[in-house]
Amino acid sequence: MLNIHCPNCGVTAEETEFHAHGEAHLTRFGPGASDDDFESYLFMRANPKGVHFERWRHQNGCGKWFHMARCTMTLEIFGTYSAQTTEPPQDILDRIRARRPDWNPHP
Amino acid sequence: MKKYSVFAVAREAMRHHTGWTRAWRDAQPKKRYDAIIIGAGGHGLATAYYLGKNFGITNVAILEKGWLGGGNTGRNTTIIRSNYLQDPSAAIYEKSRSLYETMSQDLNYNVMFSPRGVIMLAQTEHEVRGYKRTAHANALQGVTTEWITPARVKELCPIMNIDGPRYPVLGGLWQARGGTARHDAVAWGYARACSDMGMDVIQKCEVTGIRAEGGKVVGVSTNRGDIDCDKLGMVVAGHSGHLADMAGFRLPVESVALQALVSEPIKPCMDIVVMANTVHGYMSQSDKGEMVIGGGTDGYNNYTQRGSFHHIEETVRALVETFPMISRLKMLRQWGGIVDVTGDRSPILSKTPVDGIFINCGWGTGGFKAIPGSGWAMAELMAKGRSPLTDAFGMERFREGRFIDESVAAGVAH
Repeated sequence: MLNIHCPNCGVTAEETEFHAHGEAHLTRFGPGASDDDFESYLFMRANPKGVHFERWRHQNGCGKWFHMARCTMTLEIFGTYSAQTTEPPQDILDRIRARRPDWNPHP
Repeated sequence: MKKYSVFAVAREAMRHHTGWTRAWRDAQPKKRYDAIIIGAGGHGLATAYYLGKNFGITNVAILEKGWLGGGNTGRNTTIIRSNYLQDPSAAIYEKSRSLYETMSQDLNYNVMFSPRGVIMLAQTEHEVRGYKRTAHANALQGVTTEWITPARVKELCPIMNIDGPRYPVLGGLWQARGGTARHDAVAWGYARACSDMGMDVIQKCEVTGIRAEGGKVVGVSTNRGDIDCDKLGMVVAGHSGHLADMAGFRLPVESVALQALVSEPIKPCMDIVVMANTVHGYMSQSDKGEMVIGGGTDGYNNYTQRGSFHHIEETVRALVETFPMISRLKMLRQWGGIVDVTGDRSPILSKTPVDGIFINCGWGTGGFKAIPGSGWAMAELMAKGRSPLTDAFGMERFREGRFIDESVAAGVAH
């Protein structure tokens, strides 16, 4: 059972209050994009063993979206942060590097 | 290979069972093979077996990082059925189910295939319409299924409460020749047959890199040295994304945990398989008497082979409602497996951007039933470059928008 902190309303609760919605920080491609870009945006996923950035929603709480950095090998949560960003904030990256010194962000 | 038979058992009984030999050789890697299969689970071994049996390609190695059949082949709920809606799915799953019928004879290894029948319960009006549609589709596809009434459901499974307070049983989709098989025996039987054909099943051999020159595969690097090959098949379920990364391409796949559990053994009470999709649970009774229960997947990416407790609670709560008599059973074991789920919940059997590399993955929550059919089709794909069974399952279908939409592949809504 994951214990998750919602950065929007400040509540820390069990995962049953939340819902996962897949990989975060995808670049959205729309009309006029190449087939490669559109396929990549819709279907291709990093699916890493290790650090994963993902979107969550506080479904049975404040209802708002946020992002989370989590390890898929240990289920350790490095931190949650606002969804209003295109890349993970520095304090989250610092926390990941403190716990995973050999971590390489996916290219 | 010594043939297993009643005479062999009698002969060995006379000499204190001293004459049995290893079922498969403990092979060491050679420098070069015609084909290498990564992953000695059911699908990988079946692929190798049909490469040899159907196409005469026997200079084959099957590499396994752990032990044989130690991944999802040993972690599923052993259900076999082929009542799918879409034509490409019905074709490959029905091929698979029909191969299970004669597998014990073909492999000279008892896989305990038990065509006891599978019901998928309809517990909402939408499911009634959906399953009637599937029954019609199956009739056109040549898959024998039928729509049955609640009274017939009760007759087939007397321990079921069909007047459930929340979800009364309104009927069911019945496949009489669906059932279960012994999952470990499927892997062991294929491994023994592969070894007998001269193939090398190499355990504790982890692939650490994939070597390609000029866009064509030339071999793999492993913890036991480099091995060359002409053709490479990746058949590794949950870890497909990891291998694809080594070969330099990406997959439309995400890995999540799926859980199952078994109860203490009880006397025979249920001689069919029941799947209840609305309430997220499926159950059958093993030959040892344990009730084997499966549920839904977790919602987030996970490689830990364990899932969330609240999903087990949800599954068991639903099943207790449908089968009141199991409410006081103790549960013996619970486990999780990592399943690779694609965008349309259908598998990928495909060529890849690297010449000579073929991939078989994305079976998600329904891979066990597909083992022989998947191996049969994958072998044809690797030997001939295409197979009528795999044409629709290429990875380019995502770009082209030709989905094979089987959102009920697990019998649970994902």
